[in-house]
Amino acid sequence: MRYIPNTSADQREMLASIGVSSIEELFADIPESVRNRFQPLNLPARSEMEVASVVSEMADRNKPTDAICFLGGGIYDHYVPSVVGNLLSRSEFVTAYTPYQPEISQGTLTAMFEFQTYVCELTGMDIANASMYDGATAMAEAVLMAERTRKRGAVAVPRSLFSHVRRALDTYCWATDIEIHEIGYLPDGTVDLELLPEQLSAVVIQTPNAFGVIESLEGVKDRIGDALLIVSCHPLSLALLQPPGAYGADIVVAEGQSLGLAMGYGGPLLGLFAARQEHLRQMPGRIAGRTVDVDGKTGYAMAAQTREQHIRRHRATSNICTNSALCALASTIYLSSAGSAGLKQLAALNLEKAHYLADGITAIEGYELAFTGDFFNEFIVNVPGNAAVIHDALVQAGFAVEEPQALQSLGLDNALRFAVTERRTKDELDRLIEVLGGSR
Amino acid sequence: MSTIFDCRCSEKVGGLFPEIDVPAKGAERLIDPKHLRKQPLRIPDVSEPQVTRHYTKLSKLNFGVDDGFYPLGSCTMKYNPKLNEAMASLPGFAGLHPRSDEGRSQGALQLMFELTGFLRGIAGMADVSLQPVAGAHGELAGMFLFKKYFEMRGEDNRKRILLPDTAHGTNPASAAYAGFSVTEVASDETGMIDLEALDQVLDDTVAGIMLTVPNTLGIFETNILQVTEKVHAAGGLCYFDGANLNSYLGKTRPGDMGADVFHYNLHKTMSTPHGGGGPGAGPIAVSESLAAYLPVPRVRFEDGRYALDWDCPNSIGSVHSFYGNFLVAVRAFAYILQLGDEGLREVSKNAVLNANYLQERLKKTFSLPYDGLCKHEFVVSGKGLADGISTLDIAKRLIDYGVHPPTIYFPLTVKEAIMIEPTETESKETLDRFAEILETVAREAKEDPQLLHDAPTQAPVRRLDQTYAAKNPVLSYPFEEQPQ
Repeated sequence: MRYIPNTSADQREMLASIGVSSIEELFADIPESVRNRFQPLNLPARSEMEVASVVSEMADRNKPTDAICFLGGGIYDHYVPSVVGNLLSRSEFVTAYTPYQPEISQGTLTAMFEFQTYVCELTGMDIANASMYDGATAMAEAVLMAERTRKRGAVAVPRSLFSHVRRALDTYCWATDIEIHEIGYLPDGTVDLELLPEQLSAVVIQTPNAFGVIESLEGVKDRIGDALLIVSCHPLSLALLQPPGAYGADIVVAEGQSLGLAMGYGGPLLGLFAARQEHLRQMPGRIAGRTVDVDGKTGYAMAAQTREQHIRRHRATSNICTNSALCALASTIYLSSAGSAGLKQLAALNLEKAHYLADGITAIEGYELAFTGDFFNEFIVNVPGNAAVIHDALVQAGFAVEEPQALQSLGLDNALRFAVTERRTKDELDRLIEVLGGSR
Repeated sequence: MSTIFDCRCSEKVGGLFPEIDVPAKGAERLIDPKHLRKQPLRIPDVSEPQVTRHYTKLSKLNFGVDDGFYPLGSCTMKYNPKLNEAMASLPGFAGLHPRSDEGRSQGALQLMFELTGFLRGIAGMADVSLQPVAGAHGELAGMFLFKKYFEMRGEDNRKRILLPDTAHGTNPASAAYAGFSVTEVASDETGMIDLEALDQVLDDTVAGIMLTVPNTLGIFETNILQVTEKVHAAGGLCYFDGANLNSYLGKTRPGDMGADVFHYNLHKTMSTPHGGGGPGAGPIAVSESLAAYLPVPRVRFEDGRYALDWDCPNSIGSVHSFYGNFLVAVRAFAYILQLGDEGLREVSKNAVLNANYLQERLKKTFSLPYDGLCKHEFVVSGKGLADGISTLDIAKRLIDYGVHPPTIYFPLTVKEAIMIEPTETESKETLDRFAEILETVAREAKEDPQLLHDAPTQAPVRRLDQTYAAKNPVLSYPFEEQPQ
């Protein structure tokens, strides 16, 4: 075994020094009735070269690069600059554990501090943690945090929340006995806050929402009483849009995949989690803080460690331990290499190209935007005829577009969702428009 | 440490993305100007050489498994094979959108399906979900399954989870987070669960027990079968924390010991990297009676095609955006394929051999609260080594000798605990060298204790004030301090 350095001579010497004659004796404490019950998986040992070949064949059976990607709904096909992957592969980052020994973890801790700063800057919030698993669990944790703070046993959640976020939220709320009141939407696709129930721990808003529509957060905080305002957003849009913090959001969460992560069939992802200062004590997850060493030199350490489960255990604010540290580092390097100028350019590219495509599609007879609200990088189109048939035609023509039945949980029966990133060229957009025009 | 915000901004950046190739209309025309950002975005514009130097410098302030011995107990810091990384970055996997049609995702689904089969076999259990993305996330999902199980049976009286005092760190928080109350069960003088104490707390309000096998002292609970039998007899379920799977891989299986839910830490046992605190993966295995409640979607293989099955009416729902940390699963899959059955057994054999070898040697210098066979890890105490010397001092001094300190002050049942897990990927030579270092530090503790109090002196920073960060929280870059 290439990964085990002990030689048989080493093993013999070690056994002698322990005072046993075989390795088997070291397992004598396992009850005999179960000790050797392992049933082989019928797996031969393989060389690295053979494994590389088997796994590469599986990867080749997926055909992501053959299709021009218009898939979205929270995960987007963005360009990742070379510098991100290169720096991220440094094994000092990759093979380190959680920074429990800060003196030899300053790399991870400084990056956590930078990441938190970036999240605060993008969202306009006071404090941010060092990451959650993904956008969906970040949302679930935000709702649980609001419930710990307000204890009303109920939250309001818009119909226009991404379905994958809603699914996870449903599970967490079922398990913790939090009631979900679903709130509907107006004809323009924005959330309808008219019939908001009273006595809520939180009101959730997603912007841009699952329809791609940008919500107006102005005045929302005043309308929801003392329920916490939780906003889920698309981080890249925040280079262009006024951040939720400017509207008094209490907690802001997001899926950070757009910030330099591979799509990776949906994992690992990156949960962003930010809050207002007053909520620090209830915030889940790790936070890095600036401190000093005994010589007064600046360094970083995990702050507010009393919240960590190994100290407060069953009274911890969350059970989260391993998070998405390396993904947070990827996004930190990504943001550092793009800079504010690069980010603004990127947001503009996404915005303009999405609108170019929408204009082109809606110029075709029978196609219209499902909602009139402003959008950023994705939008929903009501189609003439059968959406499933049109979807098939697009797939046949080499485009990856979400299956229309996936939108049914949002209440859309015959529609398609298109997401556009900087990677889509004018030529690709024109071809999509052409195929749609021809498939009528 | 300087941050990226301390770098001098360049005048000319950009060039990452192309100029726009569609007629630009301008944000003000496409979006109601009231939505547009008014506050500045303080993200520095720094040239690529500066970015590269900055993060390369940061990396050098870190210590990873590739830098040296990392005997962090309960964390299984084994070597992370480079093949895994190469496999996870294949474009067919890394570039795959989670909403891709099944026809374009057959390879990914096949990998998930086959890995599920391997993991089922390794645990000896009925079914597996790859969805949880960390050990504690697997625990939480497991607690959700407990809740569902009793809900379906109409036993809403079962609100308590029993936890041995040697339980794994996140267990109490996971149980509490899923709405259970926690009752601690004491261990006896041998470090194992006290069966009489267990009898006293078992009744029809108990939903189940969370067991760590071997426990956090590195001791295999020899009466594990009696424990699970008693809990089952009382109508409860048994959760097995899989953090310590490395000690019995290919040898015995939680399914044979009475586990109803078991979680794997792919980032421990299956060699995927920890990344400075994630991402990991925490798949869960279940017994037959809980299989119907596993998270959706499930991966099925029917009529020669792999498919995602969302139609599981009794499922707890989802605990993650999509299918878990797929790229971590790819790494674990490559690892298991390379090991094969024989390799899996070699892992636990050598992990246990290394731990016992080191324990035998170190017990001559440090007090060993529970003397006997250990599995993949063991716990010694820094107590009584020398007056005024704490385990923290010992740990910090180890840094000066170029090894990562073991886990300290855990488990809570041992005063001044030092929890050591060497893993199978370390050589006898490394273990001998580590033992020598610890013996030297023990000598220094008696002869020149100031060396320990002052440690570390060879790290990028000296001992950090961790309470300062709590008392004077500076949790993001203070731009107002930036020189203009």
